[in-house]
Amino acid sequence: MTAAPQKVEPGVDIIPALVDKITKVNELVTRFEFKRIDGKDFPVFSAGSHTVIEMKDGDRTIRNPYSLMSDPEDGSKYAISVRRDDVGRGGSLFLHKKIQVGDKVNLTYPLNLFSLDLRARKHLFFAGGIGITPFLSMIMQLESLVGSWELHYATQTEELASYGEELKNKYPKKVNQYFDDADQAILLQKLLTTQPIGTHIYVCGPAGMIKWVTSTAKNVGWPNANVHSEEFLAPKPGKSFQVRLCKSDLTIEVGENESLLEAMEREGVNAPFSCRGGACGQCETEIVELDGEIIHRDHWLDSEEQDSGTKIMPCVSRFLGNSLVINR
Amino acid sequence: MSKFLFPPSIPSRPTYGVLERRDGIFHIIIAEDEGAEAIIDFVESDKKFLNKAHIIFVATKSGEKYVSRLKSLASAQFYVGPSYSASVQRLQKVLEAAKMGSQFYLTGTEGFMGQAQNEIMKAGFPHTAIQTEHRGSVARRMQCVHCKGITEDVITDPFVCGHCGLNLFVRDHYSRRLAAYQGVRVDAEDFGNVPEPVELYT
Amino acid sequence: MTIQFNNETFRDDYSFWNSDWAIKRFPFPFHQDSYMYAVNMEMHKGGPAGSVYEKRFDVDEHYVSEMKDRALVLDEDPLRCQSLPHMTLAGWDLLELIMVSKSEDYPDLFELHRDGSIWRWINKPMGIDDTFTFMDETTLPYGPMEYITRQAQGDYVILDQRDEMLWMDAGMVTTQADWSLDFDIGMNFFEWHAPVPLAHEMGIFKRALKFLLNVKQSAPARRLNWTMTVNPLLDSSPENYDKWGIQKTTLTPENIGSKQHLRVELQTFFRLPRSNALVFPIRCYLISFKDLVTIPKWGRRLHRVVRDLPVELATYKGFIDNRPLMLEYLEKFDDGLSTSPGVWPDRDTEPPLKS
Repeated sequence: MTAAPQKVEPGVDIIPALVDKITKVNELVTRFEFKRIDGKDFPVFSAGSHTVIEMKDGDRTIRNPYSLMSDPEDGSKYAISVRRDDVGRGGSLFLHKKIQVGDKVNLTYPLNLFSLDLRARKHLFFAGGIGITPFLSMIMQLESLVGSWELHYATQTEELASYGEELKNKYPKKVNQYFDDADQAILLQKLLTTQPIGTHIYVCGPAGMIKWVTSTAKNVGWPNANVHSEEFLAPKPGKSFQVRLCKSDLTIEVGENESLLEAMEREGVNAPFSCRGGACGQCETEIVELDGEIIHRDHWLDSEEQDSGTKIMPCVSRFLGNSLVINR
Repeated sequence: MSKFLFPPSIPSRPTYGVLERRDGIFHIIIAEDEGAEAIIDFVESDKKFLNKAHIIFVATKSGEKYVSRLKSLASAQFYVGPSYSASVQRLQKVLEAAKMGSQFYLTGTEGFMGQAQNEIMKAGFPHTAIQTEHRGSVARRMQCVHCKGITEDVITDPFVCGHCGLNLFVRDHYSRRLAAYQGVRVDAEDFGNVPEPVELYT
Repeated sequence: MTIQFNNETFRDDYSFWNSDWAIKRFPFPFHQDSYMYAVNMEMHKGGPAGSVYEKRFDVDEHYVSEMKDRALVLDEDPLRCQSLPHMTLAGWDLLELIMVSKSEDYPDLFELHRDGSIWRWINKPMGIDDTFTFMDETTLPYGPMEYITRQAQGDYVILDQRDEMLWMDAGMVTTQADWSLDFDIGMNFFEWHAPVPLAHEMGIFKRALKFLLNVKQSAPARRLNWTMTVNPLLDSSPENYDKWGIQKTTLTPENIGSKQHLRVELQTFFRLPRSNALVFPIRCYLISFKDLVTIPKWGRRLHRVVRDLPVELATYKGFIDNRPLMLEYLEKFDDGLSTSPGVWPDRDTEPPLKS
């Protein structure tokens, strides 16, 4: 290190906030609006960004990433919409059932892993279900920049098409909706073969939809650089396992429904993180000893790194075997 | 001239591959002179592929040599131009009408491919998805960093800038945007001391 | 904070000079007696009071004259400032970042008044008082990036972040150490660093890229880079190399102390909010050998670093031919005593030069 070194702190800077408004959008989706506790404006952000919300459920800390759906230029509030997930690890259930207006939460500075390519001649959006959220802020940003966009939004029913009606009313020529229960499907092949050179496509929604759109694009001949997707990998549960943290001189147990990162945090170990979804690389950790198999679930390490057994991404990946020692 | 093996160099120096047919809704093939041989190699008389292909052939130096063979491939569209600059407008029109899902294949000299690549990039297609295969002369397009003029067909190091007359040494540092390598004054620290020109790659 | 601004030149008669204050706060880059590449990134969140690391965008006595020199360079060669069309939004981000930072960090010198999107910017040292509409280019005399970087020391490169890569898509580059924005604009991180010897094989750029892709709005970073320049020439560009290259051959044992300069770049990295681009300010500090060796630790260390630097690096940094002359001068200031780790001079504790 050279001059005046300032330590790189693990995690990110956080913004203390409180829940300002809770609005039920439909049976499954609720919108939460936040205000800063210090009264200042939230930072401006680039559309497609997300924030990680840290909430306290008793003595358990939950940290989940959510796309920001608010106007990037309106610092008076940050807004997210959450789909209730009854079988998940509890983050969305906590938000739906327990959190109240006035409750305190910590929000991270926005991080963008799903940004607009501003060189694009046209932006073609594919949204499935709650995947509509990042597109709401993208549409606002593109409208202010006078950019060309088109949205294809598929949901199970009309009722569950959060914000669909308002978008359709505001931009009738640019918004197309499809409802499963009316047997309407996106004519994907046709759409993907009729776009001018310079079009970029963006897809956000359930894993199946992302796979469908990206593989169809590939088969039609779209270059990868023009195809963008975001999928929040919630850390999947798995068999519990033990890990030795050699730097902290601790051996910890990672439970079925928590990630290795969460277990370390629970034990008071300062482990770096950022997106908490296996995509950004910040939590990359060195494996010191391995007798068993790492279950890699991230999008960060390349296959060589994954096979080498020298690195692990604690926010989403797990371990099966006799012993694992990591450098934390 | 057959396929040339460029010596490994710095990361900004472009590398070329071997053309191969890819899935796509349309195939735009742009070739110069000996590049015709690369087309014949990779197209392999694939009727299905050729029915969706547009061959733009620039016979800069080869005259009629390759024309009839290429014509006999019976691609959906076929154009022969006498020079890159005469053909560029046609390329621009084709790019205006082209749809995403099209594939691009370039073959010929570095300078030719670099300029065609630029047109395709300007239309909004990523350079990483454009295939290239080098055929023909290894002469370079060089930009003089001092006067910004581009000198074509440079085959020696050093060389004389065709615009401002300075003696320039040849760098491997390459700009995709300019489709040219960088030339820098060779005797800047010792005016008049200009080494004997040596042919590139010897 | 009252700064006495120099009236000096960085060309022709080279009247540039460093006050005692400037010498003492110079960003000496060597923390040990030898140098090799490292991904030497650290957070850019303040530093010791009065140091070049304290403020987000350091302003010093050379401010006004540097901006005059920049204007001259741009008059001669407008291609030193370019912005690809999609980067205008990032230019506004940068304008906001510099205006907010400078008005907060130097309230005696700069003021920013905002009323919705109507902004008023006052730059006292340069005598500027402009009112404009944020995000409306027609209300400024130049594009936003050019407008604000004509008022901020150092070069600025704005990197678009796409496909897990950084792309040099805009910049104001008039104080560079021998690289061309006009040539490099549009290149990616590995491509524009292609000419740097050894570093690629060491994996330096792969690691640096991973770090930079994750720099966040709340956490800017910084690092130091260095090279050598004969005469306090800011515009040591390849474009003008055909004119300044010859100056490297004018060193003599008598003039080397005042002519040979150590050139240090304080490089910072800020995430830009609306565009998600990364801005890379490259702030150039110059010090003559003569002034540098007045700090005994620095004199001792510089001699050792220059002496032991690998040939490839000395060649790439452009001083391989002058190295013998430099060592002949510097060895007078190296008495062989040990030096403490770190860059800071040990004013109170270190022994003076042994004669």
